[in-house]
Amino acid sequence: MSAVFEQIFQVGFLAAIIRIATPLAFATLGEMFSERAGVLNLGIEGIMLLCAMTGFTATSLSGSLWLGVLVAVLTGMLMGALHALFTVALGLSQHVCGIGVTLFSSGLAYFLYRLIFGQQSVPPAIKGFQTLPIPVLSDIPVLGPAVFNQFALVYVAIIAIPVAAFVLYRTPWGLSVRMVGENPRAADSAGVSVIATRFQAVILGGALMGLAGAFLSMAQFNAFTFGVVSGRGWVAIALVVFGRWDPWRSAGAALLFAFVDALQLRMQASGLGHIPYEAFLMLPFIFTIVAMAVMSRNAVAPSALLKPFRREER
Amino acid sequence: MFRLEVRTSTPAWLNLALPLLAVAATLVLCSGLIALAGAGVVESYGVMFTASLGDSYAITETLVRAAPMIFTGLAVAVAFRAKFWNIGAEGQLLAGAVASCLVGAIPMPGALAMLLMAIVGAAAGGAVALVPATLRVKFKVDDVVSSLLLNSVIYYALMALIEGPWKDSFSGYPISPPIEDSANFPVLIEGTRLHLGVIVALIAAPLIWFLIARTTLGFRIRVTGENPEAARYGGIPVERVLISTALMSGALAGLAGVGEVGGVHFQVMSDISPGYGYSGIVVAMLARLNPLGVVPAAIFLAAVMTGAEAMSRATGVPAFLSDVIQGTALLAMLVALLFTAYRIRRVGAAS
Repeated sequence: MSAVFEQIFQVGFLAAIIRIATPLAFATLGEMFSERAGVLNLGIEGIMLLCAMTGFTATSLSGSLWLGVLVAVLTGMLMGALHALFTVALGLSQHVCGIGVTLFSSGLAYFLYRLIFGQQSVPPAIKGFQTLPIPVLSDIPVLGPAVFNQFALVYVAIIAIPVAAFVLYRTPWGLSVRMVGENPRAADSAGVSVIATRFQAVILGGALMGLAGAFLSMAQFNAFTFGVVSGRGWVAIALVVFGRWDPWRSAGAALLFAFVDALQLRMQASGLGHIPYEAFLMLPFIFTIVAMAVMSRNAVAPSALLKPFRREER
Repeated sequence: MFRLEVRTSTPAWLNLALPLLAVAATLVLCSGLIALAGAGVVESYGVMFTASLGDSYAITETLVRAAPMIFTGLAVAVAFRAKFWNIGAEGQLLAGAVASCLVGAIPMPGALAMLLMAIVGAAAGGAVALVPATLRVKFKVDDVVSSLLLNSVIYYALMALIEGPWKDSFSGYPISPPIEDSANFPVLIEGTRLHLGVIVALIAAPLIWFLIARTTLGFRIRVTGENPEAARYGGIPVERVLISTALMSGALAGLAGVGEVGGVHFQVMSDISPGYGYSGIVVAMLARLNPLGVVPAAIFLAAVMTGAEAMSRATGVPAFLSDVIQGTALLAMLVALLFTAYRIRRVGAAS
């Protein structure tokens, strides 16, 4: 038994956890900003897919990885703006719009990909991000090779977590975001533009979803396939709730899910097939649903989530 | 300047005009993608129309495709009427498919098998929908997120079954063993795939309309959705109404799965539903949550899906255009719905 454990818990295992957690951390932070401002973005699943596609395509055509990342981020911001246009400016129901954005963006991703690359027996690939060891730090035993010998986008994610927390809790803009998510009426009276702040938060969220999509098609898989996102957007929706709308906890939740996912992959690979791997994949969803029931007593969700704001309606 | 002004009443003609307007806007918007693909817009839409509604065989194929979306569309329409935000029709459909397939594999007289498949499939879908409804009623848990997340739970449960104990030992593929031949739904027109389930779907729509529009339960569902405080004040047990709505909504989505197993695939595989649960949301919104409107809305989406494949073969425009049309139609309809609640008024520069 201990041999099996040794086989599972190696440096490579830790590195895999970090790699799996990275796109989830981006997506979860993105969804969190949007929800803290009071806007549920169920478009996340489709937005990630579309960004994975546009980023991959830009890199494939230009040869530049960072141009691909930029295009993915811009795509995410554009789709965020679209969702905000419907839900914030027009005040339409957020969940239905989100499903609409997901259907629209994933359809568009498939359509454009097929149009640009045609139907090929072997899907085109790119030379994706290579690991970038950080001098000195990567020499730390165990932790070094696992955390500091990663793709550049992993470091971006690691930095994004404290930055997100700082922005949300320590800047005037972060305060505005929390105000419009908790009590838009009061924010409006205090001179905060509810519409503008929500737009900005949803667009920032879209940018982070873009990074998540870019990581999947340009670092993790180095190709765009139709299953490249396969439910990771829905996982992020769960992780935001599980992480109680807090950047640190959300990132922690992403790490926890990545641990379970990596464990599941290892167990599959090492032939420990007693427990179906799907049981592990189900866990974050079940945990979140249970957590929602437990947490509901001390409501931690942004109070104005799902509620459109119209100034003239009192 | 223009501004939105709240309408006090919605003129009846708008109910019909808005979905048509949304569909027209969708087709115009998506013609840009056809042009981008270098094909003729009129020609492409023409092929799409002929291949889906042009002859009697094409019509039967479109109806077969429409049947599951009629059921999921009804499921969403019923739920949304009570403001029970059931985003989980996809998972409820899968649950219905699994349950009915298990029953259909047991040898018994065909008619009995079909009846039991329907009952068990509906019950399974209802049971899944009961989870978010109960959580909302008992713990005030947001039903949007819980019903959405359950889709993933059910999907992985289905995968665990067909890759594990339920794997078809005969083919070795991750698909379930087939149901008994005698349990296959009878085909109504020789040489087509038009099965009994399609007719059941077409009959279900007016039945659900009657239930919503003319019965006490339907009245309670509508009042609960429109004004829960007033409903409670008027002595309507809002919690019980929500639970009943969820059961009915889940059962309808489950029946979509039953139809796919009994009439189309005769077994369960991972892609038994290409997102029919989410399409149900599009259908219900296009139908303005009216059960009678669900039928034409589902037929429209089904026609786009069947037509897109033929269009792709004839013109080279990727068939994924149908997915874009679905998403665009939903967003266009949501915008169009603004006109029912508001009207645009010109405001003088002086104000």
